[in-house]
Amino acid sequence: MTSFLRSVAAEFAKVFTTRLWWILALVLFCYIGLLAGGLGALFAGIQTGVISPDTVNTGGGAATAFGSLPPLVYSFASSVGYVFPVLLGALATTGEFRHQTLTPTFLATPRRGVVLGAKTVTLVVIGAGLGIVALAASVGIGGAVLSAFGVDALLLDSQTWLLAARTLLAMGLWAAIGVGLGVLVPNQVASIVIVLAFTQFVEPLLRLASSFLEITAKIGNFLPGSASDALVGASVFAVANAATVAPLDWWQGGLVLLGYALVATVIGYAASWKKDVT
Amino acid sequence: MPTGAVIEFTNISKRFGGIAAVNDLSFTVEPGRVTGFLGPNGAGKTTSLRILLGLVGATSGTATFGGVRYRDLPNPLTTVGAALEAASFHPGRTARSHLGVYAIAAGIPRTRVLAVLAQVGLAAHAAQRVGGYSLGMRQRLGLAYALLGNPGVLVLDEPINGLDPEGIRWIRGFLRDMAAEGRTVLVSSHLLSEVQQSVDDVVIIARGELVHRGPLSSLDTDAAPQTIVDSPDRDALAAALTAAGITFSIGRTGLLAATSDAALLGHLAFTAGVELSVLHRQKSGLEDSFLALVGGSHTL
Ligand SMILES: Nc1ncnc2c1ncn2[C@@H]1O[C@H](COP(=O)(O)OP(=O)(O)OP(=O)(O)O)[C@@H](O)[C@H]1O
Ligand SMILES: [Mg+2]
Repeated sequence: MTSFLRSVAAEFAKVFTTRLWWILALVLFCYIGLLAGGLGALFAGIQTGVISPDTVNTGGGAATAFGSLPPLVYSFASSVGYVFPVLLGALATTGEFRHQTLTPTFLATPRRGVVLGAKTVTLVVIGAGLGIVALAASVGIGGAVLSAFGVDALLLDSQTWLLAARTLLAMGLWAAIGVGLGVLVPNQVASIVIVLAFTQFVEPLLRLASSFLEITAKIGNFLPGSASDALVGASVFAVANAATVAPLDWWQGGLVLLGYALVATVIGYAASWKKDVT
Repeated sequence: MPTGAVIEFTNISKRFGGIAAVNDLSFTVEPGRVTGFLGPNGAGKTTSLRILLGLVGATSGTATFGGVRYRDLPNPLTTVGAALEAASFHPGRTARSHLGVYAIAAGIPRTRVLAVLAQVGLAAHAAQRVGGYSLGMRQRLGLAYALLGNPGVLVLDEPINGLDPEGIRWIRGFLRDMAAEGRTVLVSSHLLSEVQQSVDDVVIIARGELVHRGPLSSLDTDAAPQTIVDSPDRDALAAALTAAGITFSIGRTGLLAATSDAALLGHLAFTAGVELSVLHRQKSGLEDSFLALVGGSHTL
């Protein structure tokens, strides 16, 4: 047990003694802040009639289809920001292969399962930390913009706080998925390409395509992005898609994410982590 | 002062796909001595050391420290310090934070970090990013990592690579001191001359197999002894040697007599009334016997 706790402390030190974490946190804050502020202003403008729907060329019925705006805007933290903890987890793991730091790591802690477990725990916590950064942007900037348009930002609403808590959980699980991907695909460049291609292109397309038929929509609910949105409880993607099938319950979404993380980590452990370090 | 454990390789074999990198290797390394682990490129030195440290799984056989496998040591860094040839650093970390990470993992006090950096002469560069280090500085940082837990056993893979002359002299003294304190010191090299001033024992491998082991002096006796002798009257000298039944060949600087007994040659010349201009024992190069042992390996 002490060896596990020491490993966790060492993994934290690994993340915080390089620059990657704060660069990702900074970009995440700016990106989510811009989106939540910009789209928050657009949606709030349309909903309150300040911006005419015709001028932004959306369908006539769209203005009312947003539902409650604050959760939608706040959920940008995870529905868009989730790629950041995945990247951090994947880079933290593939970096060990790339810089051959597995050698000193395994010399200090020869139990490799302990090291991988410690890395996962550490990145779940830091992923949740990125969740706080993302929420600071989406609730802080998005909420301010909504209030400026006279929309109630629901800052004291228990649903808002529940959404925030689930966002932290989702971001932590995404970081664990990143670690799993990192051991599954130890090549750092390949890993980054997979993260970006899948999250920014493949999955959004799959989600859209699957939404047209009821049967495929049910399967589509198990895509990691859909599961994450189900866990958080709101997403701009859920609004954009012609939803015919109810999303998973929040806890089901969480279990699906956990499942992805576990499967990737266990297979990766056998495929690369346990192998010869030469 | 930590005392060393006996390192024991027992029938270690390792295959990478079809290649037998190490084949049935058995030897022991004693505490209080510096043992040179020698062999040409690709002989299997790094592979053997990584097996010993649990980084590579042996196909068969066991390698232990005082009977315990590396992975079963309670806190390995405080028993065994290892520096392997590959530079294993994140370039964005400073030397201090690099060592700090592993000090945390092994529960070693943080004060050791600056102590070992000072010990290897890197104190002034502790706060510098490792990405900007020279090869020799990286080599020293690797050594600092090995010393972190003040271990009784040191396993160093080609620690002299990349060091400047001052660094080489320093590490030779350092290895001697470590052994004098009772630690076990195992140092690999592909050049005997690089380590011959500091090693007590040698273990020589070629093509993954043990070819020689013993004290350094055991390499000396393996080669044929020769003595160079010359005279202004070379023909008279040659006649005297022939009369005494000593075979010789004619070399650039005189006659190469097939004996190590210089006194006998001097006596023969004296009794034959031949004046000598040269008489000295040809030190058979250790490097020569080393090359003879690992011979043919350059055709990998
Ligand atoms: N990961 C690997 N996959 C396949 N073959 C390997 C691997 N690592 C080493 N080998 C092979 O094993 C043999 C021994 O290599 P090793 O690195 O142990 O030699 P070495 O004695 O350390 O050589 P050098 O003096 O060049 O460092 C070589 O033939 C090498 O090609
Ligand atoms: Mg080597």
